[in-house]
Amino acid sequence: MISFQTNPAAYQHWQLAFEGPVARLRMNVKEDGGLMPGYELKLNSYDLGVDIELYDAVQRLRFEHPEVKSVILESAKERVFCAGANIRMLGGSTHVHKVNFCKFTNETRNSIEDASEFSGQRYLCAITGTAAGGGYELALAADHIMLVDDGNASVSLPEVPLLAVLPGTGGLTRLVDKRKMRRDLADVFCSIEEGVKGQRAVDWRLVDEVVVSSKFQEAVDERAQAIAGGSDRPDNESGIELEPLEIGGDETHLHYPHLDLSVDRATRVATLILKGPTASVPDDLAAAKVQGCHFWPLALIRELDSALLHLRTNEPETGTLIFKTQGDAEQVAAYERFLLQHRDDWFIREILLYLKRTLKRIDYTSRSTFAFVEPGSCFSGFLADILFAVDRSYMLEGQFEGDDRPAPTIRLSELNFGPLPMGNGLTRLETRFLGEPDTLEKARSLIGESLSAEAAADAGLVTFALDDIDWEDDIRFLLEERASYSPDALTGMEANLRFAGPETMETKIFGRLSAWQNWIFQRPNAVGEQGALKCFGTGERPHYDQKRV
Amino acid sequence: MSEQTTEMTPTIEVNYADKIPNNVNLSEDRRLQRAMEKWQPEFIDWWKSMGPDGFQDAEVYLRTAVGADPKGWAVFDYVKMPEYRWGILLAAKEEGRVIPFGKHKGEPAWQEVPGEYRSMLKRLIVIQGDTEPASVEQQRYLGKTCPSLYDLRNLFQVNVEEGRHLWAMAYLLQKYFGKDGREEAEALLDRRSGDEDKPRILGAFNEKTPDWLSFFMFTFFTDRDGKMQLESLAQSGFDPLARTCRFMLTEEAHHMFVGESGVSRVIRKTLERMQEAGITDPNEVDAVRALGVVDLPTLQRKVNFHFSVTLDLFGAEVSTNAANAFNAGIKGRFREDRIEDDHQLLNDTYPVLRHVDGELKVVEETALNAINARLLDDYITDATAGVKRWNKLFEGSGVDFEISVPHKAFNRRVGEFADLHVDPEGNLLSAEAWQEKSAQWLPSQADEDYLLSLMKPVTEKGKYADWIAPPKVGIDKKPGDFEYVALT
Repeated sequence: MISFQTNPAAYQHWQLAFEGPVARLRMNVKEDGGLMPGYELKLNSYDLGVDIELYDAVQRLRFEHPEVKSVILESAKERVFCAGANIRMLGGSTHVHKVNFCKFTNETRNSIEDASEFSGQRYLCAITGTAAGGGYELALAADHIMLVDDGNASVSLPEVPLLAVLPGTGGLTRLVDKRKMRRDLADVFCSIEEGVKGQRAVDWRLVDEVVVSSKFQEAVDERAQAIAGGSDRPDNESGIELEPLEIGGDETHLHYPHLDLSVDRATRVATLILKGPTASVPDDLAAAKVQGCHFWPLALIRELDSALLHLRTNEPETGTLIFKTQGDAEQVAAYERFLLQHRDDWFIREILLYLKRTLKRIDYTSRSTFAFVEPGSCFSGFLADILFAVDRSYMLEGQFEGDDRPAPTIRLSELNFGPLPMGNGLTRLETRFLGEPDTLEKARSLIGESLSAEAAADAGLVTFALDDIDWEDDIRFLLEERASYSPDALTGMEANLRFAGPETMETKIFGRLSAWQNWIFQRPNAVGEQGALKCFGTGERPHYDQKRV
Repeated sequence: MSEQTTEMTPTIEVNYADKIPNNVNLSEDRRLQRAMEKWQPEFIDWWKSMGPDGFQDAEVYLRTAVGADPKGWAVFDYVKMPEYRWGILLAAKEEGRVIPFGKHKGEPAWQEVPGEYRSMLKRLIVIQGDTEPASVEQQRYLGKTCPSLYDLRNLFQVNVEEGRHLWAMAYLLQKYFGKDGREEAEALLDRRSGDEDKPRILGAFNEKTPDWLSFFMFTFFTDRDGKMQLESLAQSGFDPLARTCRFMLTEEAHHMFVGESGVSRVIRKTLERMQEAGITDPNEVDAVRALGVVDLPTLQRKVNFHFSVTLDLFGAEVSTNAANAFNAGIKGRFREDRIEDDHQLLNDTYPVLRHVDGELKVVEETALNAINARLLDDYITDATAGVKRWNKLFEGSGVDFEISVPHKAFNRRVGEFADLHVDPEGNLLSAEAWQEKSAQWLPSQADEDYLLSLMKPVTEKGKYADWIAPPKVGIDKKPGDFEYVALT
């Protein structure tokens, strides 16, 4: 079982150092520290284990270090920045592992960009050696890229010529979409194995500046200070420590304080029950900060994030995820008002941004996702957004026989109308009602109201409202039918239906680039016995099937 | 080892009427001619600014290559170095040559660069090419402290020939690699040895060569790496590279001769003085230094340093790049043509010393991935043979001493042993133990200062500095008091 829990004291591959408003995140990958046996992580190449630590570091920089306003991403190794994903690891991995690995690295790169864009914590990448493949893709996630001009340091995306795969962790997309490099030059760049260095790297928009060795560190420090100057993060506040999550139970029944996850491996269905707050809203911001990582919204998001990653990585055959909630909707609404009231505070802002990223993990999950709205649930505000993230939602109309809890309701809040956009830049409701602006407006008018199943179905906010006569059978049909379909076809269908509306860099990365990469990952030219990934490092040349498809 | 000299009147097969001497029909390749004629003045500028300092107007008795036949390929005459006829010379083309190893073994050798190996070839040529001007830069101030005109001339011979080797690589880049190649050829003139901002590519070529013992050690140990690399590239399936390197090897032999004979002469002088003074214990360093010669323990430390730094030039012992280059038919093994195996190595293994579970152990690696390890072993054998010849000088001298090369894991910065601390015998040490003892094994600042104190120029015909014996025979069979360099 792969665990995503770690902390700086346990890092094998990264070093964090702090100098006032500037943090240094230094990559120093331990060669024999691979997550699995069979490969050595040479030249700062990485596997999922390296990225798990990077993700943890990015999260902690945001929450635990409010004083940090710029982060220098650099290598602790001489003459090499990062050689990208470890090729022997890729060559030896299952398709599932490769895809999940790439997805997580993509999400982590995105979380770096999210910090630069929204958290006032901007990333500066200082490249003092070769940044190849995923190494340059990592650099591309930074806001500002500096390259030492020493005749050696270079950036490259050699995947196509060397490995017969793509720079698939956002590389191709970020060249032309983020850095707005000319596509013909990008084509040239992607076929130069040894990459580009010096002034040409600036001319081609691959990096923002080049500086000679003798002045490089000074220039980086100055740039980091300058970047830090534009931040609105506080100077003297204490951070919020992200304590280890309390996880009980076993592999198929994980119990967190605010979330229960149970996996039925026979039916391949997992149920996640998200629990509302047990304590009332803190009196003020200071009190919320004292609660720190136990402050209910943050605690719940961390647990949801953890559960989703666990399901993705450790339960690959669990094809259907059911989301339920349990708790007092009034309390949830009160917390939401608190979040909205203090949204300009750095801590609350971080919580909302983290919530946004975690809801995106649901959007991007390669499983069928359903939400069931039952008595005792609390689908209010941001929890209601889960109803719009999943593939279908089912709401009980009335009560269950023999259960005297009242009929369930749902409730919208301002959080459903802006702060939590999907990867396509729209809210889930905007995406849902892409062809029905009036319905969207009507939904907005319902903010704060407790909506019964009938009202919710009427407003288009749930897929089906069922009474207790139909509930049990319909749900059983749904799950059995879903379980009988091809997992591949379902993943493809769902991923294509979820992201209506405009393309963004993010949707291109997760849709177009990842889809192509995942196709190439299945093809013999990459992974066959004579494919490039298998041949890499043996000195043998790959043998390609020359048909263009 | 004896120097290659002209045994007969050479047949001139190089067209010296051309602006650029060559045996590649340059006048018929207008595009290349234009490119090389543009590069030539840039090269001369580089030579004037980075070549031997203070001797650009001296008349130097140099050999100039005039043909590619190893029996008579050069003529000797006085020449001012900036007017040296650098040119393009390839060994004769072998009709019907086939690729001798790797995946394409048996196919006709390539006369053009195969597209799929373009990057790999270019990288190898750039790295090889970068070392040539680097050593000229490293040695540019040595002339000022020359121990004799004979040595001064040898230094300059080495320098101009390194310059010609740069020409050889620049020719390949310009002729076969298009626009990229031209840019790389220019970049070879832009980098500077030891410059923090634009260093030469390989570490050893950014080290200083402050004194003549360092120069001799460099030409003995580090130029020998050049020999191994050239021998491997001389096997290349890319025929122009193979022919270029074969001819470069003819010249390279002199460089190692300068190193080997130079160190021999230092030892001879030291032994001579020790015998005169009745000193038999080589460890009486102060007494030996009082005689104004190089003490033997310091010599050993210089050997340790130059040997270990040179080993780093071979790259990682277990290397994917080397495997790719071999399988592609681009870079072979040392004297591939004399090795008896299938020359493809798909199912072979090679024993490689590795660091496993806290100890140094021999591990069988796939032979393809162990190409560098094998070349390193071949190098060590070759260098050790030369050291043995030095050791013969001690026989019957009354001084009980033997020079040895350190263990291959000693003092390494690149490859398998980069992060380890290993003594010259091959024992693993803690970082603390290394700190404590490394001064015994590597030259100290005091050693370097002492060597520098010996470096007083001697430029009188037939005279030699007190720390070095005269050569047994002169260059081009000239007598010892021949005016090898006419200073102005």
